[in-house]
Amino acid sequence: MLENPLRSGSGQRVSIRIVPRRGWVRIGFRELWAYRELMYFLAVREIQIRYKQTALGITWAVIQPLFTMLVFSLFFGKLGKMPSEGIPYPLFSLAALIPWSFFAAGLAQSSNSLVGNSNLITKVYFPRLVIPISSILSGLLDFVLGFLLLLIFMVAMGYFPNLHVFWSVPFLLLALVTSLGTGIWLCALNVEYRDVRYVVPFLTQFWMFATPIAYSGRMLKEPWRSVYGINPMVGVVEGFRWAVLGQGNPPGSILIISSLAAVLVLISGLYYFRRMERTFADIV
Amino acid sequence: MTGSAIRVRNLGKQYRIGAHPRTYKTLRERITSAFAFRRSGSNPPDQEGANERLFWAVRDVGFEIPEGEVVGVIGRNGAGKSTLLKLISRITEPTEGEIELTGRVGSLLEVGTGFHPELTGRENIYMNGAILGMARAEIVRKFDAIVDFAEVEKFIDTPVKHYSSGMYLRLAFAVAAHLEPEILIVDEVLAVGDAAFQKKCLGKMDEVSRQGRTVLFVSHNMVAVEKLCTRGIVMDQGRVVFDGAARDAIDACLTASNNDLGQDLSRTGRRSGSGEVRITRYEILSPTGKLIRAGDPVTIRLHFECRERIGRPAFAISVLTRSGLNLFTIFTSDLGFHIPEISADGFIDLEIPSPNLLAGVYILHFSITDEATGHWYDHVTESAELEIEAADVYHTGRQRAAAYSVLFYDCSWSLTIPAPAAPLAPAPSRN
Repeated sequence: MLENPLRSGSGQRVSIRIVPRRGWVRIGFRELWAYRELMYFLAVREIQIRYKQTALGITWAVIQPLFTMLVFSLFFGKLGKMPSEGIPYPLFSLAALIPWSFFAAGLAQSSNSLVGNSNLITKVYFPRLVIPISSILSGLLDFVLGFLLLLIFMVAMGYFPNLHVFWSVPFLLLALVTSLGTGIWLCALNVEYRDVRYVVPFLTQFWMFATPIAYSGRMLKEPWRSVYGINPMVGVVEGFRWAVLGQGNPPGSILIISSLAAVLVLISGLYYFRRMERTFADIV
Repeated sequence: MTGSAIRVRNLGKQYRIGAHPRTYKTLRERITSAFAFRRSGSNPPDQEGANERLFWAVRDVGFEIPEGEVVGVIGRNGAGKSTLLKLISRITEPTEGEIELTGRVGSLLEVGTGFHPELTGRENIYMNGAILGMARAEIVRKFDAIVDFAEVEKFIDTPVKHYSSGMYLRLAFAVAAHLEPEILIVDEVLAVGDAAFQKKCLGKMDEVSRQGRTVLFVSHNMVAVEKLCTRGIVMDQGRVVFDGAARDAIDACLTASNNDLGQDLSRTGRRSGSGEVRITRYEILSPTGKLIRAGDPVTIRLHFECRERIGRPAFAISVLTRSGLNLFTIFTSDLGFHIPEISADGFIDLEIPSPNLLAGVYILHFSITDEATGHWYDHVTESAELEIEAADVYHTGRQRAAAYSVLFYDCSWSLTIPAPAAPLAPAPSRN
């Protein structure tokens, strides 16, 4: 449709031509960049709203993974006696739950983001991708708090992170790409098919069991392990666990499969989103 | 320096109506076509799904607006005005044609877009400003002016859910008013708030237009259009039917002959009753034409079809607000108008010489019952509308919209202060 960013250099008159779009369109990264402030404001707004008028406020960001860890430790660790690669089970599961929570919350938020912001979509113009992106970015604060919780927990149990811990950043990025890719697909579908609302909780649940959170992914042998790696969260969780706990082996070749899968989902999602975008305001 | 700010050529927007639930087949088709690399978008829209009803909300629209001109777009509800603004604001994409915009566009289709009740006034100013396209630095710079304009200094750190509706609107409009685009697109934002606030908004709009900005302004408020705009575009059924001086446009709009066939009710789903006689269509007739202003006489005509002969029927018409409050119900029998029987198709008129309704859209319900037993032959709800335009009903030079009240009466004030107070000049009596 157009490539002009909102604000051009001063004095320069912006000219825009609006014509019907056909078929596939470009992602429009430049325009997205021009709207980065809006993205920031929307993310901040989402954080502000999320914990307004809650008694425990931002504490919820740590309560959720903490309690899931307790439940997992009790059922899978104590009763199920799951092998945990020589790491105490609570730590083993918490190190996976922190990136997983970021992913799962991002997925839930972003898949509903367009429909939830229909009043914006029908009243103002801006690149629609801003909405799912900012809803995923808003999860970063929760992630940071969860990460701190994990570090405290580790130290309390006598584990001290080594330099590998910096590798957690690229793994977080991979989680972000996966979450964004899936979220963009789902929120665009959700505009027309509200079925998505019912699909997301199931999807998240199944996905969780397809990810080595409660158990170790090392139990699988090749070639099945490579197939398993198509789930990008396998690479995220194994990598994150390795980076933070500083024990065991890095995920290895499975990471390449996970990364490729994540990027593929994101790119296809971006194109699908842009293609459907033109009808959002009419049917949301 | 003066080029054209907005150039619209051959613009059209088509919508699908009758959103019947999508079947599995169409879901599957949609998914497969989304993956296919063919240019499905280039199919002529009329061939997509023969059983879907398509209609053009805007079609064959073309005009050019030079820089600095203030143009009003008028026409009745559903004429395509709002769709046109949405197209120019880039909220929705055209089906055909093109729009060229030169200059930064600010569109204001609603005040308070993105306001969240849980956030404070301050947070909402930043949020709303960003949504309208202001840079953070720009909002910081204008922050005080915005708060000042809205008169909410004391409550700026209170969540807006605790604001009164007036405060909320003032704050919302204040942010929008400080947007400084080269092209401003405004939809009906003046229809809100109390009289003092409306005056302030109009003043601000006037100021904006005097700064040489291009303004495209949709409104039902004819006085505002006449005051602010130099040019008027009249739309009807998605097309431009008049384009010229604002005053002439208003006249064209008001005197447009009522040549449509009334509104069809035969297919409405909101109908109950045994069906021996049915209301098939209604017309709103007024000597002033298509636009009915507050205080204008109105005749509501109900066309009925009669399948069986029935004795002693009573017709009734109800007028409700959009929120569902029944303002007025009148039966034929209420006025001592008794119909012995009907056995053939015909129509019945209800003439209201002066409906005391302020501007707004009202819902009409119609029914035919048995006068003696109350048995319902036909009952049509929420299928008909009566639209009233703003007018100067109190003869003070100001228009009244139905923002806080719905009705107006022919009335007058008088003030008495018993002695020993100092003599006071009597307040001028209105009307």
